Amino acid sequence: MITHFFLKGLDRRVSLALLLILAVAVLVPVLNLVVPEGSPFHLPNYLLTLFGKYATYAALALALDLVWGYCGILSLGHGAFFALGGYAMGMYLMRQIGTRGVYGDPVLPDFMVFLNWKELPWYWWGFDHFAFAAVMVVLVPGLLALVFGGLAFRSRVTGVYLSIITQAMTYALLLAFFRNDMGFGGNNGLTDFKDILGFNVQADGTRAVLFSLSCLTVAAGLLISGGIVNSKLGKVLVAIRDAESRTRFIGYRVATYKTFVFVVSAMLAGIAGALYVPQVGIINPGEFSPANSIEAVIWVAVGGRGTLVGPIVGAVAVNWGKTWFTGVLPELWLFALGALFVLVTLFLPKGIVGTWSDWRAKRKAAPPSDPTPAPVPAE
Amino acid sequence: MQISASRLARHLFLVLALVAGLLARPALAQDISGALTKLTADSYADTGEAIADLATSGHPRAAVIVQAIQDKTLEFDAATKTVAIRAGSGVVDAATGETIAAPPAGLSPVRVNNRVRSAIAAAMGALTLMSPDPAKRREAAEAVFKSRDQDALPALEAALAKEKDAAARTALQTARAALVLAKTGASEADRLAAARTIRERGDQDAVSLLRSLPADTPAAIRDAAQAGAKSIETSLALWNSAQNALYGLSLGSVLLLAAIGLAITFGVMGIINMAHGELVMLGAYTTFMVQEVIRTHVPGLFDWSLAIALPLAFLVSGAVGVAIERTVIRWLYGRPLETLLATWGLSLILQQLVRTLFGANNREVGAPTWMSGSIELGHLTLTTGRMWIIVFALCVFVGLMLILKKTAAGLQMRAVTQNRSMASAMGIRTPWVDALTFGLGCGIAGIAGVALSQIDNVSPNLGQSYIIDSFMVVVFGGVGNLWGTLVGALTLGVVNKFLEPFAGAVLGKILVLVFIILFIQKRPRGLFALKGRSVEA
Repeated sequence: MITHFFLKGLDRRVSLALLLILAVAVLVPVLNLVVPEGSPFHLPNYLLTLFGKYATYAALALALDLVWGYCGILSLGHGAFFALGGYAMGMYLMRQIGTRGVYGDPVLPDFMVFLNWKELPWYWWGFDHFAFAAVMVVLVPGLLALVFGGLAFRSRVTGVYLSIITQAMTYALLLAFFRNDMGFGGNNGLTDFKDILGFNVQADGTRAVLFSLSCLTVAAGLLISGGIVNSKLGKVLVAIRDAESRTRFIGYRVATYKTFVFVVSAMLAGIAGALYVPQVGIINPGEFSPANSIEAVIWVAVGGRGTLVGPIVGAVAVNWGKTWFTGVLPELWLFALGALFVLVTLFLPKGIVGTWSDWRAKRKAAPPSDPTPAPVPAE
Repeated sequence: MQISASRLARHLFLVLALVAGLLARPALAQDISGALTKLTADSYADTGEAIADLATSGHPRAAVIVQAIQDKTLEFDAATKTVAIRAGSGVVDAATGETIAAPPAGLSPVRVNNRVRSAIAAAMGALTLMSPDPAKRREAAEAVFKSRDQDALPALEAALAKEKDAAARTALQTARAALVLAKTGASEADRLAAARTIRERGDQDAVSLLRSLPADTPAAIRDAAQAGAKSIETSLALWNSAQNALYGLSLGSVLLLAAIGLAITFGVMGIINMAHGELVMLGAYTTFMVQEVIRTHVPGLFDWSLAIALPLAFLVSGAVGVAIERTVIRWLYGRPLETLLATWGLSLILQQLVRTLFGANNREVGAPTWMSGSIELGHLTLTTGRMWIIVFALCVFVGLMLILKKTAAGLQMRAVTQNRSMASAMGIRTPWVDALTFGLGCGIAGIAGVALSQIDNVSPNLGQSYIIDSFMVVVFGGVGNLWGTLVGALTLGVVNKFLEPFAGAVLGKILVLVFIILFIQKRPRGLFALKGRSVEA
């Protein structure tokens, strides 16, 4: 039955994307590790890390598409779930430093020694164990989403109001994590990581594995999201997106559906964050900034919301553009990003993937029974 | 015991000497010739008396002479009755400070022993208490109040007897009360009176004084002091609340300024304008430009710079707003989430544009003279600039209300936002009204920028720091209702400032955000929600 759940999600587009992602997950590490350095096919280390970062962004975009594209919840606070997952992983990595920190304290991380803390706060307990941290990576964002979403959806906070309070949520977390007394490293965040599960974080092999894991996360996220949106549950979600009141009057518990998809999405974002941190080597409160969350929204919009594959395309494309611009014309990047926001909303409301499938559908005068007709998201 | 006995003796001696000095020449207080003569007698007792005389004389040179005795630069010649101060190689006359061309040969220093030294110490305190400058006298009294040095009591009482300046007199009385209160020997009635005097002072120092009585104080006095301290603390807490409320109003008025333009664009028109903060920033930069031009061309007009900047900022931000509405937003009516994204993009572009033109650093915007300085009111301190911003915010609010309620343009705006097709059928050019309404909201953001340039750093990031707060205010107050925005802004400002002392600035802000998030759960449409059919639209 579970297989059936996943297979239902596999339309042609998603299957193609899955194959592509898996191919990348294998190919990129091979090009980096196996191909000798002199070869033109060799992939330099920095690109491996960069692609790994893109992959985690793609997972975040996918999570956002699940709530925005299919349920009409425009969350401007998904960066918070991403960052919380990242902090959970960062805490595990901090504990792994052990006595190798600058102060060499056997119990406390460097920043706590620096702030004259005497003992480890209770919320750091257990993060010595990877399994515990891994559970926290999904549990903490999931719980926050459950409480926040549960409250908001039950009170029928919708549309822009919801967007604004999600933004307030991530802003409040940003301020909170900036505080030194919170015990999460304050302004500097958590960094200077050494090992993950006994492997050196800096080592080529570890990075390659982390990259592949990120790709697999995207693939798994795609499978699960595909399964959800093509199930009966997914149809209800789309119904909520297009006519919330009507769905409620028909007898569906709108708040429960919304909360469910919000929590799933938050968990996926948390996993993405957890994979992001060991690859970039730092997590700081800046990840909570509202601007980051909005930037994630534009990845989804560029790729095409409500298409599952689109956000992945969008996240990679926009971030590749960002990397290129900040390298070549750093002062122009914000102009380009701003213009992207404006132009995409004005001229490409369905994003790259949505527009492309529209165009294909138009070309084939009588489209064969497409399992997923291009969704027309309404507010 | 020996020490205290000798101290007592010294005090007695001093008091006697001071009183004697006062009684001896009440009419000729400035005459110090007698004291100088005593100095030439070369006896410790006479020197002590002379110092006490000097201390109460009020003579401008008295302090110099006493200081000279301490420094052993005061010399005398018994034969010629000359008293002089050795200054470098020459000597000056002690009484006049004039250089003595041919000093007598027999000059020898005035000798000092322990008794003379303690006389000097008491005299120095008394001399500042008797200084001709009332401010200095107040300072000296304050110093005695803080040090609670019992030795200063006689000098204090002597000074009090002569004091005419009201403020200095109060200070001296309080200082005296501080000493009497802690003095074991004083009568209970005196000490109770002292406790009352200190209670009248009414500040934190008075509280700590009343709370730190010697251990052997009788219970009645102790109780009176405790009661006094309590009553002071209560009144201080009240003043503190008043100050907090004032700070809160100030913050609230800033929030109101930042949010009121948004209340038009978001509240009335339903457009999520994420570039609102950047329009505020444009207003601030307009102020900067105006001041630059004035500084280089007509420096005399500097005090008018804000008045000149106001209409310009309104025009600049308003024009940008109309341009945004005509090029971007009008294609997105009915799609609020897309509007949000597009205007966010615009905000990035505007920020980067300003950064490219003016640089990323903070720009200096000066305050006109009438906006600097502060007013003291009881225990309150009001910065003039802040007060002006409160007044200004209220003026903008009232002005906007008048425009919306009393003018034809305002009527059209309300008509279009309430029922677009009906308004259109009545012959109102709705696209123009849209553009103008949006322009009005943006122009007001520009005006806010002029005010905010006075209290915040003018940098390309200026707008970003206000945008979330502004949305919070509008959502909290209730969309589509200017009164809601006013109440929302002031409430949030005051709540924030009252939380700060307990929770700290950052935690206070976090608590406010959490409060708003929870509040919206309870009342999803804000404090003053619109009712009726337009709500679900």
